Amino acid sequence: MAKIFAVTVILIAIGSAIPILMHKWVPPVDISTHGPLIDEQMSETMAEAGISFLAAQFILGLFVWKYSNTPKGTKIRTFPGGATGLVTAAVLLVGLEAMALGVFGAKAWASVYFTPPRPDALKVQAQAGQFAFYFRYPGPDGRFGPIHPDLINEGTQNLFGLDPDHDPDSKDDIVTAELAVPINQEVHLLMHAKDVGHSFFVRELRIQQDFVPGLDVSVHFTATKTGRFEIVCTQLCGLGHYNMKAYLSVLSQPDYDSWLKQQATMQ
Amino acid sequence: MPDMSAHAAQHHAPPTGFVRKHIFSLDHKVIGEQYYGLALLAVLIGMVLSWIMRLHLAWPNAHIPGLELLSKNGAPGGLLTPEYYLQLMTMHGTIMVFFVLTTAPFAAFGNYFLPIQVGAEDMPFPHFNMMSFWVTFVSFSIAVAAFFVPDGPPLSGWTAYAPLSALGAIAGPGQGLGQVLWAVSIAIFCVGQLLGALNFITTTLDMRCKGMSLMRLPLTAWAWFITSCMGLTAFAVLLPACILLLLDHVAGTSFFIPGNLVVSDTLQPHAGGSTLLWQHLFWFFGHPEVYVAIVPGMGIVSHVLTTNMRRPMLSHRVLIYSMGALGFLSYMVYGHHMFVSGMNPFSSLAFSFPTLAITIPSTIIVLIWIGSLYGSKLRINSASLFALGFISLFVSGGVSGFFLAQPSIDIILHATYFVVGHFHLVMAVAAIFGIFAGTYFWFPKVTGRMMNETLGKIHFWFSFVGAYCIFMPFHYLGMAGNVRRYQAFVDDFMQPLIPVHKFITIAALVTGAAQILFLYNLIYSRFRGQVASENPWQATSLEWTVPSPPPFDNFGGKIPVVYHDPYQYGVEGASDDYVMQDSPQQIQSARDEQ
Repeated sequence: MAKIFAVTVILIAIGSAIPILMHKWVPPVDISTHGPLIDEQMSETMAEAGISFLAAQFILGLFVWKYSNTPKGTKIRTFPGGATGLVTAAVLLVGLEAMALGVFGAKAWASVYFTPPRPDALKVQAQAGQFAFYFRYPGPDGRFGPIHPDLINEGTQNLFGLDPDHDPDSKDDIVTAELAVPINQEVHLLMHAKDVGHSFFVRELRIQQDFVPGLDVSVHFTATKTGRFEIVCTQLCGLGHYNMKAYLSVLSQPDYDSWLKQQATMQ
Repeated sequence: MPDMSAHAAQHHAPPTGFVRKHIFSLDHKVIGEQYYGLALLAVLIGMVLSWIMRLHLAWPNAHIPGLELLSKNGAPGGLLTPEYYLQLMTMHGTIMVFFVLTTAPFAAFGNYFLPIQVGAEDMPFPHFNMMSFWVTFVSFSIAVAAFFVPDGPPLSGWTAYAPLSALGAIAGPGQGLGQVLWAVSIAIFCVGQLLGALNFITTTLDMRCKGMSLMRLPLTAWAWFITSCMGLTAFAVLLPACILLLLDHVAGTSFFIPGNLVVSDTLQPHAGGSTLLWQHLFWFFGHPEVYVAIVPGMGIVSHVLTTNMRRPMLSHRVLIYSMGALGFLSYMVYGHHMFVSGMNPFSSLAFSFPTLAITIPSTIIVLIWIGSLYGSKLRINSASLFALGFISLFVSGGVSGFFLAQPSIDIILHATYFVVGHFHLVMAVAAIFGIFAGTYFWFPKVTGRMMNETLGKIHFWFSFVGAYCIFMPFHYLGMAGNVRRYQAFVDDFMQPLIPVHKFITIAALVTGAAQILFLYNLIYSRFRGQVASENPWQATSLEWTVPSPPPFDNFGGKIPVVYHDPYQYGVEGASDDYVMQDSPQQIQSARDEQ
């Protein structure tokens, strides 16, 4: 029975590692400027976690195989180096490497959160509500009109609660159901939650950020490949959570300009 | 050392009537069995809920026979509605985390064995102890009652994030009365756990018999002690958090609800609250809770393995200090649940380092276990198989922590199935393997009968291979970007992943069904199992010095005196290879703890 356990544990370990080594299920291709740092961090962590996982399972299997049902009279032996050796190994091999991962990984995190957006970044406001995302572009004046929560009404399609009659900044604001951005242009996404918590997750963009009701947060990113990508909600927000999605279109500059022009005419 | 004659005198008398003996019992052993029974009932409900969810995820159009009986609106014709999926998911998480993973390894085994292992007749506050169970039972009943109110249970998940959980019925089905029942239930649960933790801490510190120094406590006793210290502080935070949530519902307060929220085109009459406050309070409880679930399992695995390896662990003290370090660090890492929550990104970085550092005590514990196997005389039986399985699963679930401890990687893995795979392996399945190891090991002591070993081993193989088949693929799904808490995968992106979900569902059904073997073994052996001797495993700690089952006052009125540490195995010169903890024999190994 011990030998079956040993073989099973080792087979499970190998079987678990195969899909990883074959890159069977991996994140989709990155389309952001900061993504390579995250992907690199992921690969390095996979190497360390993978080696720890395989080593632990193999040794567990090996020891169970070797030291079970030993004949009567066999003397108990102590692992060379004893507990001190193992504690040292845990601190040096696993602990320090983990901390090193943390230190180097901070660079990837900093690239997303500690670098302020460029002053000329394209400002877009995203609003999440049960169960849709809406986006707002500031229009030619470059300024967003204020949100009046009491005016928000899906029935009248005043999705952001704008009052263009009284707020001149709102007059040229462009509200869309799709997030279109020009390629290689930094985007500063201002995130506003209308009702409950939601999240903005674009796998290809390596961006995931919660919308916080009562607290407007922002992220910034630069998309490097054109295409259409799903934006999904990852913060449980109610019965329609699974179906709350929108699209991110990364367009060439001319395509973006004409898209925005077209959207402006539809307001 | 406390004077045992003093508290023996103030001890309550043996029960006489049926009610005092079996229902409102003051006996820690009966209370332990009651907790175990409650956990068993809860795990059956939780497992059935997971089956329904898994069936729905793999075959979203499947009509599940009989489901409409549970809720006509939630599952018309047996077809799960999107909201009812989330409601079942909330109840699955709530029932499993609170009423299984907290009650069984800690409250059930701890209640039964802690007093015996420290050499006491009972816990110091038997009435508190009885209240602790019955309060927990009331809490469970209220949680389950949510199934039967008009809108059903809440759909906000076991984490009950505000403001979804605080706004009331307007936020969604079950968010009215269902959510109120949830908050009441969890608040009451906290009271029960606080009463239990007080008893455990006092028992460990004040009720030890003569010679039972702290270092001579078994590793299980240490694990329960550390767990109760964590529980005391963690539940003490969740309790007021639930009360505040309740006030937001019923008293019009705005602790967790900011102003200017518009739900269903209606401006909400709240202002000034903080949604992140709930997350901070919840996870300040929530992360220590992970260790509340797993540390008792670590104690049980150490205890079971030591007996079956016929040798002490490489270092008794290092294991104790490492479990203590886990408990201490568990308060400093909770922010890793909130990396992308909108919390200050500098805080995320600050939380990531203690989270990475917690791998050190975890790794030490695993290495001490594996290193102790070296050169041992391992016996393979159902209990030791589950203990070894625990190690394997804990490692597998633990290594994925490397990823989730880093905020940069969390950007792509947060809220995906990777997280679901991680926590199920490391805290749920591993903890349940600890429960199984404890059950197969202590069953003879509790009932006086042996469990069937053949059935136990078959149960192990199904559970072990099954657990991997279910939870390892979760990690792959998460890496591919499969988001969790979705009742159906409508995104184009997720279509290729559906076959993986089907595989997981089949594995879950088979593994779940195999648990019938355990249930059968448990019930059959209770009445028909082979009669057990006082010490069938040739174990050394105090619970094996008393009859099986132990008498009402544990030691038959004779308080033991302890002369050795609890793991004197492989002792040369002993008549067998071990020396009981209360044996005055002077034969002992060099490493006898004082």
